[in-house]
Amino acid sequence: MPQDKDTVEKLSELISAFICYAAGHLPDDVRQRLDEMSKIETEGFAPQIYDCMRKNMEMADILARPSCQDTGLPQFFARVGTKYPYLDEVEASLIEAVKKATIRAPLRPNAVEVFEEYNTGNNIGSHIPWIDWELVPDSDELELYFYMAGGGCSLPGMAKVLMPLEGYEGIAKAVFDQMTTYGVNACPPCLVGIGIAGSAEVAAKLSKKALLRPVGSSNPNPKAAQMEKLIEDGLNSVGLGPGGFGGKLSCMGVNIEQASRHPATLAMGLSTACWAHRRAGIRIKPDYGYDFFTHKGVTL
Amino acid sequence: MSTFHFTLPVSDEDIKKVRIGDIVYVTGLVTTGRDDVHHRVVVSGKDSPVDLKGKAIFHAGPIMKDLGDGRYKIISVGPTTSMRMEKAEAEFLAKTGAKIVIGKGGMGPKTTQGCIDNTAICTIFPGGCAVVAAEQCNDVEGVEWLDLGMPEAMWKLNVEEFGPLIVSIDSYGGNLIEDNKKLFAERKEQALADLKGKLNYMS
Repeated sequence: MPQDKDTVEKLSELISAFICYAAGHLPDDVRQRLDEMSKIETEGFAPQIYDCMRKNMEMADILARPSCQDTGLPQFFARVGTKYPYLDEVEASLIEAVKKATIRAPLRPNAVEVFEEYNTGNNIGSHIPWIDWELVPDSDELELYFYMAGGGCSLPGMAKVLMPLEGYEGIAKAVFDQMTTYGVNACPPCLVGIGIAGSAEVAAKLSKKALLRPVGSSNPNPKAAQMEKLIEDGLNSVGLGPGGFGGKLSCMGVNIEQASRHPATLAMGLSTACWAHRRAGIRIKPDYGYDFFTHKGVTL
Repeated sequence: MSTFHFTLPVSDEDIKKVRIGDIVYVTGLVTTGRDDVHHRVVVSGKDSPVDLKGKAIFHAGPIMKDLGDGRYKIISVGPTTSMRMEKAEAEFLAKTGAKIVIGKGGMGPKTTQGCIDNTAICTIFPGGCAVVAAEQCNDVEGVEWLDLGMPEAMWKLNVEEFGPLIVSIDSYGGNLIEDNKKLFAERKEQALADLKGKLNYMS
């Protein structure tokens, strides 16, 4: 079936507005956690850094600008209902929305073609925007996450396959090693995403998906939730502080997502989100009505 | 801890007054330059098209709005991860005469030595605060090497009271973030020791 141009136009307008808003406004849960942390971080450089962060959020809102110059490499996580009537138009709409938002927000052009080594200038490139697809049976809605991960907080990202006898402590060690070195430069306090699985690419993908879960949420598995808490407390005892200048805390939280592993492998993935964690989620109905659930009360 | 207000270009004398942990605000010409600019100057051996003597090099890739006729409006400009430039910074300072590096996060031993040899300092602008930084720029004087793309080009920014810039490396070999990292490494060992036996989910 040919794509319907009117649908692509309408859908891309809505998604472009969603991206533009998300570039300048952190989600509710992140703002709340930063507010809580700033009240605890009362010594050293921390109060000055938190003041600057608060001022930046206010100015980005007033001036309607992207709050950080690094608006990331465009990446969508789409959960599409099998009964969503515009399934054929989704991909074209996402690409069109990125083009529009790049001009309107404006976003920084970040798509650099590999081997040819040039910046495409409009955030469209090979496999970019990256789209992660999931089908949702019996749903007629499109649920979308857009996540603007900058280069700084993407640098600590890693995945490796441990031997099972290295155990969950081996996972913790890899996380601590990375967060106390690369993590210092990744605009802490970060949200730490950990994936545990049977192979590197699954663990890596789950670690990114873990960052889409709200700050302060827990894994439904009690043991996983306990591990989240233990690693969070442990990282906080290191005291990276905001910007890595030292403080009482290190991270906004630790989120773990898991898939069954192979008997002979224990793979782990790590993704980190900077304090300016621009993750945005929206649920779009067939009539273009929407629920912008990461930013409550916002009309696009 | 002292606070300094410098007008660019700065003298060696001024740079020598500054120690790690001090805060600096600068006024004058600040030029952006990151991976590709350092590569061109240090590896490809090209001369910087901007005179950086006594001035500041800003590790940043801004969002600019093209107003036409070679004019640009700055939208957002925050610091990028300075560690990426570690390999080239010392030589970059020697070649260009830049005196102040502005960026994010720490830099390593090569840059520390480069700051001693060239009487220079490294400073950190609070990461992610790109609108605050943009609003401290009075205007965009121009751009060089735009063929590298918007983030990698050399943008010439006229800034006023640009900061706070927290001094992370001084001209005496002090390195604030490396000191912090040593402390973090010690605490990490303790934290991992405390976790021992608590994550034993394999029966």
